[in-house]
Amino acid sequence: MTVQLRFQDLTLGYDRHPAVHHLDGAVATGALMAVVGPNGAGKSTLFKGITGTLKPLAGRIDRNGVLPQDIAYLPQIAEIDRSFPINVYDMVAMGLWRRKGLFASIGRKDREVIETALAAVGLTGFEQRAIGTLSGGQMQRMLFARLLLQDARVIVLDEPFNAIDAKTSADLLELVRRWHSERRTVLAAMHDLDLVKAHFPEALLLAREPVAWGATAEVLTPENIVKARHMCEAFDENAEACAVEAA
Amino acid sequence: MYDTLVAPFAEFEFMRRALAGTLALAFGAAPIGVFLMLRRMSLVGDAMAHAILPGAAIGFLLSGLNLFAMAAGGLVAGFVVALSAGLIARSTELKEDASLAAFFLISLAVGVTIVSIAGTNIDLLHFLFGSVLALDDQTLLLIAGNATITLLGLALIYRPLVLECVDPGFLRSVSRAGGPAHIAFLALVVINLVSGFHALGTLLAVGIMMLPATTARFWARDITAMVLIAVVSGCLAGYAGLLLSFHTSVPSGPAIILVAGVLYALSVLFGRVGGLVWQAFPGRHLEA
Repeated sequence: MTVQLRFQDLTLGYDRHPAVHHLDGAVATGALMAVVGPNGAGKSTLFKGITGTLKPLAGRIDRNGVLPQDIAYLPQIAEIDRSFPINVYDMVAMGLWRRKGLFASIGRKDREVIETALAAVGLTGFEQRAIGTLSGGQMQRMLFARLLLQDARVIVLDEPFNAIDAKTSADLLELVRRWHSERRTVLAAMHDLDLVKAHFPEALLLAREPVAWGATAEVLTPENIVKARHMCEAFDENAEACAVEAA
Repeated sequence: MYDTLVAPFAEFEFMRRALAGTLALAFGAAPIGVFLMLRRMSLVGDAMAHAILPGAAIGFLLSGLNLFAMAAGGLVAGFVVALSAGLIARSTELKEDASLAAFFLISLAVGVTIVSIAGTNIDLLHFLFGSVLALDDQTLLLIAGNATITLLGLALIYRPLVLECVDPGFLRSVSRAGGPAHIAFLALVVINLVSGFHALGTLLAVGIMMLPATTARFWARDITAMVLIAVVSGCLAGYAGLLLSFHTSVPSGPAIILVAGVLYALSVLFGRVGGLVWQAFPGRHLEA
């Protein structure tokens, strides 16, 4: 088994307060892993660390040669200005950024790729629609089309199926499965445990510290979930410097 | 017809120069205005225009009505404000508008004070409202050069600039071009304001930047079209404003901005994209 992501004593957080605390472990190349845990468990923080937007407070992440910019990342709340005058086609085409950069033109081949991606998410015919006119589900479909174009070895999805209807999540899960079959490494923060059990072979249960990590059925036991809920207290303003770190 | 619309420019060289200057100004400033508007930075342009005044005034204080001293002073002052405003906006939670509002009032006061001490009331009027009918070769070259730099610069930073407006998080995740593009954009804002300063003065320089942009917002859903419409409407305002000023002896700077304002008002009412009249009478809804 080759390792795509390795966390070594990784601590991530804000203002010195850890949100992910002493995480050790590895994600295999081609893994399809759900990151589960209550709100505030550090799921988004972990993803920000993986994608390089947040620097570790301690420890390190080894991405096995993949640059942070080459990781496709779907944030939980995309900072998209929906009133911006841009259409679906151009928005999706931005997924080609790593290959096209600032100047390269979008050729005939690229246009085919874009059309294929739009078809894969069921947005054929929406090319010229302004992004402001899309529904929440259509927006998510568009962002998945962009992820498709990014053609990344590592794909990180932060709560991709929240507030999305069943049909849309089913369609988008199909894409996740396709990525898995193409041996891409996919991590997704999830709240719907039934979806996790049905589609994700591997799971990490996080509550600032890892509670359990492994095969989904062994991770998502009722005891583990209760334990996770209790471990997730708020920041302690008067917390001492972490003893593990000092040792 | 010919007498009204063409003759003033055919007969008088200062009118031709003024027209060339305002057209060049529109080509540079209007696209910049579109991006300022889309980045919700419309007031930033205003603040920077005023920030240029003390710099230009210091140039004036040191070497009189010398184009290069004033342009250099304005550029330096503008860059200082642009960079510090940009840095503050990027690195703190401070809302940009409040600090900028304070800033431009102070700048205006400082600038007016310096000019009043060093020069006459005529000089002060020149600083505040420009002198589009008295553009010399150097000033024309400065304006045209700035417009050229602007169009080339925008072409260079177009993708990161657009993407940073729509989806800054995505841009950060794929590229580090966002920061440099933002700084370059602010630099382009400054050089266009320096151009505008010479033609229209510190109070109206932003007019040729923002009014065509806000006009264009009511006619296009697509940013490319928006930029084109803004340029056309800026040019139209320049041409019609100069004519208006010629025939009615309204001061030419305000006349240009007035026409731009009329175009804006008409667009608010009748613009195909969200104009008030279209909102009031939307027509019957469609089948699907």
